[in-house]
Formats: sequence, structure tokens, C-alpha cells
Amino acid sequence: MSEALVTATGVTSVLGTGAAQVRALNNVSLSLNGGELVVLMGPSGSGKTTLLSVLGCMLTPTEGNVHICGLSTAGADAEELAAIRRRFIGFVFQSYHLFPTLTAAENIQLALDVRKQRGRKARARTAEVLKTVGLNHKARAFPRELSGGEQQRVAIARAIVAEPAIILADEPTAALDGTNGQAVMKILASVARVPHRAVLVVTHDTRLTNFADRVLYIEDGRITGEERPRSKIGLEELPANPLRA
Amino acid sequence: MPLVLTLASRNLFQDRLRFAATLTGIVFSVVLVMVQLGLYAGFGRMVTTMIDHASADLWVVAKGTTSFEDLSLLDANLEKRLTAIRDVASVDPVVIGFSNWRLPGGAMTPVFVVASDFRQNDLLPWNIVAGKVDDLKQRGTIAADKTYFQRLGVSGLGASVEIRGYPAKIVAVTEGIRSFTTTPYIFADLASARAYTGLPPASVSHFIVRLKPGADRDRLKQDIQSAISGVEVLTPQEFANRSRSFWLFGTGAGAALFAGALLGVIVGTIIVAQTLYSSTKDHLYEFATLRAIGCAKSYIYRVILYQAVLNAVIGYTIAAAVGLIVVALTATSALPIVISKNLIGGIFLLTLVMCVVSALAAIGRTIRMDPVMVLSR
Repeated sequence: MSEALVTATGVTSVLGTGAAQVRALNNVSLSLNGGELVVLMGPSGSGKTTLLSVLGCMLTPTEGNVHICGLSTAGADAEELAAIRRRFIGFVFQSYHLFPTLTAAENIQLALDVRKQRGRKARARTAEVLKTVGLNHKARAFPRELSGGEQQRVAIARAIVAEPAIILADEPTAALDGTNGQAVMKILASVARVPHRAVLVVTHDTRLTNFADRVLYIEDGRITGEERPRSKIGLEELPANPLRA
Repeated sequence: MPLVLTLASRNLFQDRLRFAATLTGIVFSVVLVMVQLGLYAGFGRMVTTMIDHASADLWVVAKGTTSFEDLSLLDANLEKRLTAIRDVASVDPVVIGFSNWRLPGGAMTPVFVVASDFRQNDLLPWNIVAGKVDDLKQRGTIAADKTYFQRLGVSGLGASVEIRGYPAKIVAVTEGIRSFTTTPYIFADLASARAYTGLPPASVSHFIVRLKPGADRDRLKQDIQSAISGVEVLTPQEFANRSRSFWLFGTGAGAALFAGALLGVIVGTIIVAQTLYSSTKDHLYEFATLRAIGCAKSYIYRVILYQAVLNAVIGYTIAAAVGLIVVALTATSALPIVISKNLIGGIFLLTLVMCVVSALAAIGRTIRMDPVMVLSR
């Protein structure tokens, strides 16, 4: 393990107004350390997505502090938060959210394009990452021509192509069958093998805890428990790290 | 091609029906604007055609004259006083007026007579396709435009006609001297014109003044103005502007044309705005994803603006082709649509502005977008 890449201290998030007001997070404190894959588990409505939004700098907490790679998000406006996401965070979404009009390679390259990384180097890096997720032969395929598992692998490639320090995955296996889900988790686990990178996976699926260094349990907006799985999948079972050390 | 442009173009072409509807709207709008402004330009050119073809350094007109076709009169004796002013090389009286042309069946049709001293060559008919201008120096001879032959009931050169009871013979035929009033222009010598219009010998309509070589036009203009009261001295440009202003804005014709053009711009803006907005709404999750992965707002604006610009360029190209066909079809009509290079450039800029302004609503939709939405589904 390495230093904390994400720290949340006393984070409270109140959503909605008036009668519809909900305390989605209640005094949550946690850290994500370099070199670890953390699984966040909890029932529906427990605050998982809200916590992911706060840690992913998409939602400003009502109270508390969040630090991303040493940078405080307090007082940051929307553009500054976007800049933090661009610099440090890669996202993997449950529904992939690939661009239907772009090919697999273009979808991945887009993550570089928004970071102003363009040209030959960007194309080479895209090809490299596509190869890592085992889809180099699908570079020109559009999302509609890919299976769910392949689409999620493209989405992971998009999240990691710019080599962010933090990967946040929202139910990455929810739409996949067991085999594809395992394949996706292996890729994410391999990403977290580097000391200065961390992965947080939000899930309902208890089978995924085998890939975790730590499992955090959340309920009613509070972290209710933490454990280290006894039967973690060994490094030798994971594919090569798609991010350069 | 930059990826942002690839994304914009694929977003645009993804829904072909919507894209076709957008293009139809833009083409309709741009063609409408082009035709209205082309008519405005054509009308503006037609109302000054006599002034533009006259060899005048200065025009002397009755005070308050609104246009070349204004029937206000001047005292013919002013010619001597004008000639006596220093640096005046020549003074050519011009007579204009409406008259009645007898058709073969005996009915009458109006014509507009234009006459000057043909020995001075200051306001001669142009585009002669048959006959000679020199023959117009004979009394009772006229030049008419071939476009109006059918309407005037004549076969062509040499035809004998009757104008306000006076005999006349067509000795020169022009092509393309069309009147915006649709009343045919008839060129005649001064004496004949007085007979045709009933203008008394002591009156003229305007004077064309030519300067001696090297003379200062502005100074001469002032000299004439201070020497002779009750007249206005105008440069050809001033007279043309005044005529244009009168016919285009004094009569409301120009305002109507501009209103038509404005309507085109409004319709186009609404159509493009509506389709861009609905396209943006359809791609909202993609834009939210872009935002979630950290892209700056400006990147999303660029995608939408590129879509707007692509709409503008493709729509304008089709509209310009349609516009050129319309120009060709109206070239020989009573009121040709004139589309100059400046107008082409101006309308392209207008189309761009229209499409970019249309993008504002779509951009506004993305401003209100919350990237968290991508986590909720």
C-alpha cells in the first residue's frame, strides 16, 4: 500500500429541498490508498452512488472535506472540479455510456482528446490500451457491434487510457454475465497493482469482494463496516497492468 | 479530422430525417433571404439605371426632387446661366415624362419618355441591338427596348407608331433597359419628347452638367448652388442614393423586402434552434459523460457549435445553388434578382450567425446538465 490518493473526512450530503430533503451521506470518512482496489457495497438507496459522486468530484458535499491526490475540492467551482476529474480520475459506468456514433478506438481516444492529447501519440496509446483489454481487433467497431462485455472493456479502456491515479467504477459488472463480470474485474484489479493508483468499485455483487483489498459497507448514508477479504485473487491470476507503472 | 468535429458530424448525420428537416429549413430560409435581398439589390440597381448610364459630373434638379423619375420642372432658361458659370464645360437639358402609346387596336398604353440632347451624348440609350443612336437626332425618331415589343404591339426596327397623337419611328432597338415601374422607357430627341409628354418649351426636367478638365467638382457644385436658387446640385452618387432611398424606403418597397428577409432569418433560426436543441437532448447522456470524464464545458460547446456550422455550410451550399438558378431564371425579367459577391459573402455570414445563434438554446441545455446523471442509470 501507498499514500492516500482520496480522503473524505466527515462528508455529509443533503439532497433535495423541503419535504423531499434526504440526508444521502452522513458524516462519512474514508480513504483510498494507492495500490488497492476497494469495493463499496450496500443496498439500494444506501448512499453508494452519492458517495461515488462526491469522491468523483461531481457533487460537492454539504459538509466535510474531500482531497484528491492532495488537492482539496472545497470551494472548487464546476470547471475546477472538471479539471480535477480530468487530471486524476477515470470513470467506469454501469451502462458503459459509450458514444454510439464513435468507434471503439474513437471512444477511447475521446478521453485523451478532452485532455488535449492528440495526434500519433494518442492513437498509439489508444491502440496499446485496446490491446490490453483484448479488443485490438475491434478498434473500428461501433458500440452496437460489440457485446456487453466488450463494451464495458472499451469503457474501462477509456477510463484508464489517460493513466489517471484513481479509477471509480459504478456497478461495472451489473449488466454483464458472470464470465464477463469476472473478466472486467480482473482488468480493474490489475489496474490497482501499482502503488500510486487506486480503484474504487461500487457494487451489489458479493462475488466481486474476491478482487478487493478492502470492502467497505455503507447503509443509510454511513460507512457501517470494513473488512479485508481472506480469499483475494492472487496477482498471478491478473492480466498485465494496463497502466504503465 | 479533429475528434470533436468527428463527434459533431456523426451526431448530426445520425438522425438523417432530422438532418434533412434541418437542411430544408435552412435552405428555405437562406433562399428566402437571398431572393429578398437579391430583389432589393436588383430594385436598387434598376431605379438608378438612368443615372448610372448618364455621363454627368453633376445633376441640377428642382429643389426637393426625389428621384430621376420625379416630374418636377426647371426653367429651361437656366441652361444659359449654368453655362456661364466658371468651369462648366457643357449643360445638357433632360426631359422626362409619361405619355400614351397607341397600340395597333387603337387602345393606349403608358410609356416613359426620356430625352436629352443627343449631340452631347450625355444620356444615350445603351445596349443597342439594332439600328443606330445617331438616327435618334432626327425629329420623330425613338429607341425602344425589344423586351416590350409585344406589349407595345410593334414588330421591331423601322416600325411606325403614334405617341400622344404624334407619329414616331423606331430607329434604334435596345435590349435589357427595363423599367422597375414596368412602364417601358422610350428614348427620343428633346423636341419630340416635349411633344410626346406635353412639356412646355420653357421647362425641362433636369440638367446634366459636365465640368471642364481639371475643374474641382465640389467647388463647382457650391458655385452653382449659390448662383442659382430653387435648384439642387447633386453628384451622380448623391442623385442615385436619393433615388434609391425614395423608391426603396419612401414607397415602403424596401421595407417590405427587408421584412421578408427578416422573416427568413427568423424562420431559419427557429428551425435550426429546434432541431439542434432536440439533437442535444437526444445526446444529453453523451454530453454528461463527457462532462463526467472531465471535459471542459467549452469542449461540449464546440461539439454543438460545429454541428451548427456544419448545418450552415451544407444548408448554405444547397441554398446558394438554388439561388443561382433563381438568378438565372429572373435575369431577363422585369425585376431581376441581383446577387453580388458581397451579397453571397454577406448571406453566408448571416447563415453562420443564424445557425450559431440557434445553437445557444442547445448550449443552454448543456449548461443546466448535471454530470451526476450518468451515474443514475
